[in-house]
Amino acid sequence: MAGESLHEERTILGPEILDRHRAISTLMEELEAIDWYDQRIQASENQELQATLLHNRNDETEHASMLLEWLRRHDAAFDQQMRKYLFTTGPIREAGAAATAGQTAAVGAAGPATNSLAIGSLRATISARSEIE
Amino acid sequence: MMDHLFREMAPVSSAGWHEIETEVKQALKITLAARKLVDFKGPQGWEASSVGTGRSEALESPTLWNAEGTGVEARIRHVLPLMELRVPFTIRRSELAALDRGARDLDLDPAVDAARKIAIAENHTIFSGYPAAGIRGICDAPPEPSFSLGDDLESYPVLIAGALNRLRDRGVNGPYAVALSERCYTDLTDATKAGYPVFEHVRRLVDGPLVWAPGLDGAAVLSMRGGDFELTVGQDFSIGYLSHDAEQVRLYIEESFTFWTITPQAAISLAAPEKA
Repeated sequence: MAGESLHEERTILGPEILDRHRAISTLMEELEAIDWYDQRIQASENQELQATLLHNRNDETEHASMLLEWLRRHDAAFDQQMRKYLFTTGPIREAGAAATAGQTAAVGAAGPATNSLAIGSLRATISARSEIE
Repeated sequence: MMDHLFREMAPVSSAGWHEIETEVKQALKITLAARKLVDFKGPQGWEASSVGTGRSEALESPTLWNAEGTGVEARIRHVLPLMELRVPFTIRRSELAALDRGARDLDLDPAVDAARKIAIAENHTIFSGYPAAGIRGICDAPPEPSFSLGDDLESYPVLIAGALNRLRDRGVNGPYAVALSERCYTDLTDATKAGYPVFEHVRRLVDGPLVWAPGLDGAAVLSMRGGDFELTVGQDFSIGYLSHDAEQVRLYIEESFTFWTITPQAAISLAAPEKA
Protein backbone atom coordinates (compact mmCIF):
# COMPACT_ATOMS: atom_id res chain seq x y z
CA MET A 1 0.00 0.00 0.00
CA ALA A 2 1.98 2.93 -1.29
CA GLY A 3 2.03 6.02 0.87
CA GLU A 4 0.35 4.33 3.83
CA SER A 5 1.98 3.31 7.06
CA LEU A 6 1.46 -0.08 8.60
CA HIS A 7 2.68 -0.45 12.15
CA GLU A 8 2.90 -4.23 12.13
CA GLU A 9 4.06 -6.85 9.64
CA ARG A 10 1.67 -6.93 6.70
CA THR A 11 1.72 -10.73 6.60
CA ILE A 12 0.18 -11.10 10.06
CA LEU A 13 -2.55 -8.48 9.65
CA GLY A 14 -4.97 -10.40 7.42
CA PRO A 15 -7.33 -9.05 4.74
CA GLU A 16 -9.92 -7.71 7.18
CA ILE A 17 -7.49 -5.46 9.07
CA LEU A 18 -5.87 -4.32 5.83
CA ASP A 19 -9.22 -3.33 4.34
CA ARG A 20 -10.14 -1.42 7.50
CA HIS A 21 -6.76 0.30 7.32
CA ARG A 22 -7.51 1.33 3.73
CA ALA A 23 -10.90 2.70 4.71
CA ILE A 24 -9.59 4.58 7.76
CA SER A 25 -6.68 6.07 5.79
CA THR A 26 -9.03 7.22 3.05
CA LEU A 27 -11.46 8.68 5.59
CA MET A 28 -8.61 10.64 7.16
CA GLU A 29 -7.73 12.05 3.74
CA GLU A 30 -11.32 13.04 3.04
CA LEU A 31 -11.65 14.84 6.40
CA GLU A 32 -8.34 16.60 5.88
CA ALA A 33 -9.53 17.77 2.46
CA ILE A 34 -12.72 19.20 4.02
CA ASP A 35 -10.60 21.11 6.53
CA TRP A 36 -8.40 22.50 3.75
CA TYR A 37 -11.40 23.52 1.66
CA ASP A 38 -12.97 25.28 4.66
CA GLN A 39 -9.86 27.37 5.14
CA ARG A 40 -9.44 28.24 1.44
CA ILE A 41 -13.09 29.18 1.03
CA GLN A 42 -12.78 31.48 3.99
CA ALA A 43 -9.54 32.98 2.70
CA SER A 44 -10.60 33.56 -0.91
CA GLU A 45 -12.26 36.79 -1.98
CA ASN A 46 -13.32 35.47 -5.39
CA GLN A 47 -16.98 34.45 -5.23
CA GLU A 48 -16.78 32.11 -8.25
CA LEU A 49 -13.83 30.27 -6.74
CA GLN A 50 -15.54 30.14 -3.33
CA ALA A 51 -18.64 28.54 -4.89
CA THR A 52 -16.55 25.98 -6.74
CA LEU A 53 -14.54 25.09 -3.65
CA LEU A 54 -17.72 24.83 -1.60
CA HIS A 55 -19.17 22.39 -4.14
CA ASN A 56 -16.00 20.31 -3.99
CA ARG A 57 -15.89 20.53 -0.22
CA ASN A 58 -19.44 19.19 0.08
CA ASP A 59 -18.59 16.33 -2.27
CA GLU A 60 -15.94 15.27 0.24
CA THR A 61 -18.58 15.05 2.97
CA GLU A 62 -20.41 12.48 0.86
CA HIS A 63 -17.22 10.45 0.44
CA ALA A 64 -16.47 10.63 4.17
CA SER A 65 -20.02 9.57 5.07
CA MET A 66 -19.87 6.57 2.75
CA LEU A 67 -16.62 5.48 4.36
CA LEU A 68 -18.08 5.87 7.84
CA GLU A 69 -20.96 3.63 6.84
CA TRP A 70 -18.51 1.06 5.44
CA LEU A 71 -16.61 1.12 8.72
CA ARG A 72 -19.84 0.72 10.68
CA ARG A 73 -20.67 -2.40 8.69
CA HIS A 74 -17.25 -3.91 9.22
CA ASP A 75 -16.53 -2.96 12.83
CA ALA A 76 -18.98 -4.12 15.51
CA ALA A 77 -17.68 -1.60 18.06
CA PHE A 78 -18.18 1.30 15.64
CA ASP A 79 -21.67 0.00 14.90
CA GLN A 80 -22.49 -0.06 18.60
CA GLN A 81 -21.17 3.44 19.29
CA MET A 82 -22.77 4.98 16.21
CA ARG A 83 -26.14 3.55 17.19
CA LYS A 84 -25.65 5.15 20.58
CA TYR A 85 -24.55 8.63 19.51
CA LEU A 86 -25.53 9.43 15.92
CA PHE A 87 -28.75 11.31 15.14
CA THR A 88 -29.45 12.06 18.81
CA THR A 89 -30.55 15.39 20.19
CA GLY A 90 -29.45 17.11 23.38
CA PRO A 91 -26.03 16.89 25.00
CA ILE A 92 -23.98 14.17 23.29
CA ARG A 93 -22.45 12.95 26.55
CA GLU A 94 -25.93 12.30 27.96
CA ALA A 95 -26.97 10.27 24.94
CA GLY A 96 -24.22 7.81 25.77
CA ALA A 97 -25.12 7.70 29.46
CA ALA A 98 -28.82 7.22 28.65
CA ALA A 99 -28.08 4.30 26.36
CA THR A 100 -25.80 2.73 28.97
CA ALA A 101 -28.47 3.05 31.64
CA GLY A 102 -30.98 1.38 29.36
CA GLN A 103 -33.19 4.45 29.22
CA THR A 104 -35.17 5.29 26.12
CA ALA A 105 -32.89 7.99 24.83
CA ALA A 106 -33.61 10.04 21.75
CA VAL A 107 -31.40 7.59 19.90
CA GLY A 108 -34.29 5.13 20.04
CA ALA A 109 -32.29 1.92 20.17
CA ALA A 110 -33.82 0.25 23.19
CA GLY A 111 -32.55 -3.12 24.33
CA PRO A 112 -29.14 -4.40 23.30
CA ALA A 113 -27.07 -1.83 21.47
CA THR A 114 -26.92 -3.93 18.32
CA ASN A 115 -29.10 -6.82 17.26
CA SER A 116 -26.53 -8.58 15.12
CA LEU A 117 -24.08 -11.02 16.64
CA ALA A 118 -21.54 -9.55 14.18
CA ILE A 119 -19.80 -12.83 13.45
CA GLY A 120 -18.55 -11.60 10.06
CA SER A 121 -15.60 -13.22 8.36
CA LEU A 122 -13.64 -15.68 10.44
CA ARG A 123 -10.63 -15.76 8.14
CA ALA A 124 -8.77 -13.18 10.16
CA THR A 125 -9.18 -15.19 13.36
CA ILE A 126 -7.08 -18.02 11.97
CA SER A 127 -3.56 -17.40 13.12
CA ALA A 128 -1.28 -19.34 10.81
CA ARG A 129 -2.41 -22.95 10.93
CA SER A 130 -4.89 -23.49 13.69
CA GLU A 131 -7.74 -25.89 13.22
CA ILE A 132 -10.93 -25.35 15.17
CA GLU A 133 -10.61 -21.66 15.92
CA MET B 1 -37.17 1.67 17.30
CA MET B 2 -38.33 -1.93 16.93
CA ASP B 3 -36.98 -4.00 14.07
CA HIS B 4 -38.17 -7.28 12.58
CA LEU B 5 -36.49 -9.30 15.33
CA PHE B 6 -38.94 -7.93 17.96
CA ARG B 7 -36.35 -8.43 20.71
CA GLU B 8 -37.82 -5.66 22.82
CA MET B 9 -40.95 -7.79 23.30
CA ALA B 10 -39.01 -10.65 24.90
CA PRO B 11 -39.05 -10.89 28.73
CA VAL B 12 -35.27 -11.07 28.78
CA SER B 13 -33.09 -8.69 30.80
CA SER B 14 -29.96 -7.07 29.40
CA ALA B 15 -27.90 -9.57 31.37
CA GLY B 16 -29.97 -12.41 29.90
CA TRP B 17 -29.41 -11.20 26.35
CA HIS B 18 -25.71 -10.83 27.02
CA GLU B 19 -25.43 -14.39 28.33
CA ILE B 20 -27.45 -15.92 25.48
CA GLU B 21 -25.50 -13.98 22.88
CA THR B 22 -22.16 -14.92 24.40
CA GLU B 23 -23.01 -18.64 24.35
CA VAL B 24 -24.38 -18.48 20.81
CA LYS B 25 -21.40 -16.55 19.48
CA GLN B 26 -18.97 -19.04 20.96
CA ALA B 27 -20.81 -21.98 19.42
CA LEU B 28 -21.03 -20.25 16.04
CA LYS B 29 -17.36 -19.34 15.93
CA ILE B 30 -16.30 -22.89 16.72
CA THR B 31 -18.68 -24.59 14.29
CA LEU B 32 -18.63 -22.21 11.31
CA ALA B 33 -16.02 -23.60 8.94
CA ALA B 34 -16.61 -22.11 5.51
CA ARG B 35 -16.31 -18.57 6.90
CA LYS B 36 -12.74 -19.46 7.85
CA LEU B 37 -11.94 -20.13 4.21
CA VAL B 38 -13.96 -18.04 1.75
CA ASP B 39 -14.24 -14.36 0.86
CA PHE B 40 -16.84 -12.49 2.90
CA LYS B 41 -19.06 -9.62 1.77
CA GLY B 42 -21.48 -7.81 4.02
CA PRO B 43 -23.41 -7.65 6.19
CA GLN B 44 -25.72 -5.85 3.77
CA GLY B 45 -28.77 -5.82 6.02
CA TRP B 46 -32.03 -7.72 6.22
CA GLU B 47 -33.38 -5.81 3.22
CA ALA B 48 -30.68 -7.13 0.85
CA SER B 49 -32.24 -9.69 -1.46
CA SER B 50 -29.83 -10.70 -4.22
CA VAL B 51 -26.35 -10.58 -5.69
CA GLY B 52 -25.87 -9.78 -9.34
CA THR B 53 -23.75 -12.25 -11.32
CA GLY B 54 -23.27 -10.07 -14.39
CA ARG B 55 -24.98 -12.72 -16.51
CA SER B 56 -28.22 -12.35 -18.43
CA GLU B 57 -30.26 -14.23 -20.98
CA ALA B 58 -32.40 -13.19 -23.90
CA LEU B 59 -36.15 -13.10 -23.49
CA GLU B 60 -38.77 -13.33 -26.16
CA SER B 61 -39.35 -9.89 -27.61
CA PRO B 62 -42.25 -8.09 -25.89
CA THR B 63 -44.10 -7.43 -29.13
CA LEU B 64 -47.29 -9.38 -28.61
CA TRP B 65 -49.49 -6.39 -27.83
CA ASN B 66 -48.38 -4.19 -30.64
CA ALA B 67 -46.77 -4.83 -34.00
CA GLU B 68 -44.83 -1.55 -33.61
CA GLY B 69 -42.81 -3.26 -30.90
CA THR B 70 -41.04 -5.41 -33.48
CA GLY B 71 -37.30 -5.07 -33.16
CA VAL B 72 -37.37 -4.60 -29.38
CA GLU B 73 -34.95 -6.92 -27.65
CA ALA B 74 -35.32 -8.00 -24.04
CA ARG B 75 -32.95 -9.60 -21.59
CA ILE B 76 -33.26 -10.67 -17.98
CA ARG B 77 -30.45 -10.48 -15.42
CA HIS B 78 -29.27 -13.52 -13.52
CA VAL B 79 -28.98 -13.03 -9.77
CA LEU B 80 -28.24 -15.16 -6.75
CA PRO B 81 -31.14 -14.62 -4.35
CA LEU B 82 -30.28 -14.45 -0.66
CA MET B 83 -31.66 -17.38 1.31
CA GLU B 84 -32.72 -17.28 4.94
CA LEU B 85 -31.85 -19.81 7.62
CA ARG B 86 -33.69 -19.81 10.92
CA VAL B 87 -33.50 -22.15 13.92
CA PRO B 88 -35.99 -21.61 16.78
CA PHE B 89 -35.11 -22.51 20.35
CA THR B 90 -36.68 -22.25 23.78
CA ILE B 91 -35.16 -20.99 27.03
CA ARG B 92 -36.78 -21.60 30.41
CA ARG B 93 -37.66 -18.35 32.14
CA SER B 94 -36.56 -19.84 35.46
CA GLU B 95 -33.01 -19.98 34.06
CA LEU B 96 -33.15 -16.33 33.03
CA ALA B 97 -34.51 -15.39 36.45
CA ALA B 98 -31.68 -17.32 38.09
CA LEU B 99 -29.18 -15.42 35.97
CA ASP B 100 -30.60 -12.12 37.16
CA ARG B 101 -30.10 -13.34 40.74
CA GLY B 102 -26.45 -14.03 40.00
CA ALA B 103 -26.46 -17.71 38.97
CA ARG B 104 -23.58 -18.76 36.74
CA ASP B 105 -24.39 -22.42 35.97
CA LEU B 106 -27.16 -21.72 33.49
CA ASP B 107 -28.78 -24.22 31.17
CA LEU B 108 -28.56 -22.48 27.82
CA ASP B 109 -28.05 -25.72 25.89
CA PRO B 110 -31.03 -25.09 23.58
CA ALA B 111 -29.39 -21.85 22.39
CA VAL B 112 -26.03 -23.58 21.88
CA ASP B 113 -27.69 -26.48 20.02
CA ALA B 114 -29.52 -24.04 17.76
CA ALA B 115 -26.28 -22.18 17.05
CA ARG B 116 -24.52 -25.41 16.15
CA LYS B 117 -27.42 -26.47 13.93
CA ILE B 118 -27.55 -23.24 11.93
CA ALA B 119 -23.75 -23.13 11.61
CA ILE B 120 -23.71 -26.68 10.22
CA ALA B 121 -26.48 -25.75 7.80
CA GLU B 122 -24.38 -22.81 6.53
CA ASN B 123 -21.31 -25.05 6.21
CA HIS B 124 -23.28 -27.70 4.33
CA THR B 125 -24.82 -25.14 1.99
CA ILE B 126 -21.45 -23.64 1.14
CA PHE B 127 -19.58 -26.92 0.70
CA SER B 128 -22.31 -29.05 -0.90
CA GLY B 129 -24.55 -26.44 -2.49
CA TYR B 130 -28.28 -25.85 -2.19
CA PRO B 131 -30.02 -26.19 -5.56
CA ALA B 132 -33.35 -24.89 -4.27
CA ALA B 133 -31.61 -21.60 -3.46
CA GLY B 134 -29.55 -21.58 -6.65
CA ILE B 135 -26.32 -22.17 -4.72
CA ARG B 136 -23.51 -24.20 -6.16
CA GLY B 137 -21.19 -25.45 -3.46
CA ILE B 138 -17.41 -25.63 -3.28
CA CYS B 139 -17.57 -29.43 -3.59
CA ASP B 140 -20.40 -29.57 -6.13
CA ALA B 141 -18.27 -31.07 -8.88
CA PRO B 142 -18.35 -34.89 -8.72
CA PRO B 143 -15.23 -36.14 -6.94
CA GLU B 144 -12.65 -37.79 -9.14
CA PRO B 145 -12.18 -41.49 -8.34
CA SER B 146 -8.47 -40.93 -7.73
CA PHE B 147 -9.35 -38.57 -4.88
CA SER B 148 -11.58 -40.88 -2.88
CA LEU B 149 -10.74 -41.14 0.79
CA GLY B 150 -10.57 -44.76 1.89
CA ASP B 151 -10.37 -46.14 5.39
CA ASP B 152 -6.59 -46.12 5.19
CA LEU B 153 -5.80 -42.92 7.08
CA GLU B 154 -2.11 -43.24 6.27
CA SER B 155 -3.00 -42.54 2.64
CA TYR B 156 -4.51 -39.11 3.43
CA PRO B 157 -1.26 -37.14 3.07
CA VAL B 158 -0.65 -38.70 -0.36
CA LEU B 159 -4.19 -37.92 -1.51
CA ILE B 160 -4.01 -34.34 -0.27
CA ALA B 161 -0.60 -33.84 -1.84
CA GLY B 162 -2.10 -35.14 -5.11
CA ALA B 163 -4.98 -32.70 -4.83
CA LEU B 164 -2.54 -29.83 -4.25
CA ASN B 165 -0.61 -30.84 -7.35
CA ARG B 166 -3.83 -30.94 -9.33
CA LEU B 167 -4.66 -27.38 -8.23
CA ARG B 168 -1.17 -26.22 -9.25
CA ASP B 169 -1.62 -27.95 -12.62
CA ARG B 170 -4.78 -25.92 -13.08
CA GLY B 171 -2.87 -22.71 -12.43
CA VAL B 172 -4.56 -22.17 -9.07
CA ASN B 173 -2.03 -20.83 -6.61
CA GLY B 174 -2.20 -20.73 -2.83
CA PRO B 175 -2.35 -20.32 0.04
CA TYR B 176 -4.11 -23.67 0.21
CA ALA B 177 -6.37 -24.94 2.96
CA VAL B 178 -7.95 -28.28 3.83
CA ALA B 179 -11.46 -28.69 5.22
CA LEU B 180 -12.21 -32.00 6.91
CA SER B 181 -15.55 -33.49 7.92
CA GLU B 182 -16.04 -34.20 11.61
CA ARG B 183 -15.32 -37.88 11.06
CA CYS B 184 -12.23 -37.31 8.90
CA TYR B 185 -10.88 -34.74 11.34
CA THR B 186 -11.37 -36.98 14.36
CA ASP B 187 -9.98 -40.07 12.65
CA LEU B 188 -6.99 -38.12 11.41
CA THR B 189 -6.13 -36.71 14.82
CA ASP B 190 -6.08 -40.26 16.21
CA ALA B 191 -3.96 -41.78 13.45
CA THR B 192 -0.21 -42.23 13.52
CA LYS B 193 2.27 -43.57 11.02
CA ALA B 194 5.48 -44.99 12.47
CA GLY B 195 4.68 -43.06 15.62
CA TYR B 196 4.26 -39.73 13.82
CA PRO B 197 0.79 -38.17 13.85
CA VAL B 198 -0.75 -38.27 10.36
CA PHE B 199 -2.55 -35.02 11.18
CA GLU B 200 0.80 -33.25 11.52
CA HIS B 201 1.91 -34.75 8.23
CA VAL B 202 -1.15 -33.27 6.49
CA ARG B 203 -0.70 -29.96 8.27
CA ARG B 204 2.82 -29.62 6.89
CA LEU B 205 1.56 -30.00 3.32
CA VAL B 206 -0.46 -26.78 3.25
CA ASP B 207 0.36 -23.17 4.06
CA GLY B 208 -3.23 -22.40 5.11
CA PRO B 209 -5.37 -23.87 7.87
CA LEU B 210 -6.78 -27.34 8.44
CA VAL B 211 -10.37 -26.66 9.31
CA TRP B 212 -12.79 -28.84 11.27
CA ALA B 213 -15.92 -28.64 9.12
CA PRO B 214 -19.11 -30.16 10.51
CA GLY B 215 -21.62 -30.44 7.67
CA LEU B 216 -19.01 -31.36 5.08
CA ASP B 217 -18.87 -34.87 3.63
CA GLY B 218 -15.31 -36.10 3.16
CA ALA B 219 -12.76 -33.36 2.66
CA ALA B 220 -11.92 -30.48 0.39
CA VAL B 221 -8.62 -28.94 -0.64
CA LEU B 222 -9.02 -25.37 -1.82
CA SER B 223 -7.18 -22.18 -2.54
CA MET B 224 -7.53 -19.15 -0.27
CA ARG B 225 -5.93 -16.74 -2.77
CA GLY B 226 -9.27 -14.88 -2.92
CA GLY B 227 -11.74 -14.19 -5.70
CA ASP B 228 -12.85 -17.82 -6.10
CA PHE B 229 -15.50 -18.35 -3.43
CA GLU B 230 -17.67 -15.55 -2.11
CA LEU B 231 -20.11 -15.56 0.79
CA THR B 232 -22.47 -12.59 0.77
CA VAL B 233 -24.35 -12.01 4.01
CA GLY B 234 -27.45 -9.86 4.24
CA GLN B 235 -28.30 -10.09 7.92
CA ASP B 236 -25.50 -11.68 9.90
CA PHE B 237 -26.52 -14.13 12.62
CA SER B 238 -29.04 -12.44 14.89
CA ILE B 239 -31.34 -13.57 17.66
CA GLY B 240 -35.03 -12.73 17.38
CA TYR B 241 -38.15 -13.20 19.49
CA LEU B 242 -41.12 -15.44 18.68
CA SER B 243 -43.31 -15.77 21.78
CA HIS B 244 -43.35 -16.43 25.50
CA ASP B 245 -45.55 -17.74 28.28
CA ALA B 246 -45.13 -18.02 32.04
CA GLU B 247 -42.64 -20.87 31.70
CA GLN B 248 -40.50 -20.23 28.66
CA VAL B 249 -39.34 -17.82 25.97
CA ARG B 250 -39.18 -18.84 22.32
CA LEU B 251 -36.38 -17.21 20.37
CA TYR B 252 -34.61 -17.97 17.12
CA ILE B 253 -31.27 -17.52 15.39
CA GLU B 254 -31.46 -16.24 11.84
CA GLU B 255 -29.25 -15.13 8.99
CA SER B 256 -29.64 -14.35 5.29
CA PHE B 257 -26.92 -15.11 2.76
CA THR B 258 -25.96 -16.53 -0.58
CA PHE B 259 -22.80 -18.16 -1.81
CA TRP B 260 -21.14 -17.84 -5.18
CA THR B 261 -18.66 -20.41 -6.46
CA ILE B 262 -16.89 -18.19 -8.96
CA THR B 263 -14.05 -20.59 -9.78
CA PRO B 264 -15.08 -24.23 -9.27
CA GLN B 265 -11.57 -25.26 -10.38
CA ALA B 266 -10.08 -23.70 -7.25
CA ALA B 267 -11.15 -26.66 -5.09
CA ILE B 268 -10.74 -30.43 -5.16
CA SER B 269 -13.35 -32.52 -3.41
CA LEU B 270 -12.20 -35.70 -1.69
CA ALA B 271 -15.06 -38.18 -1.41
CA ALA B 272 -15.94 -39.48 2.04
CA PRO B 273 -14.98 -43.04 2.92
CA GLU B 274 -17.77 -45.57 2.75
CA LYS B 275 -19.63 -45.74 6.02
CA ALA B 276 -18.97 -48.94 7.94
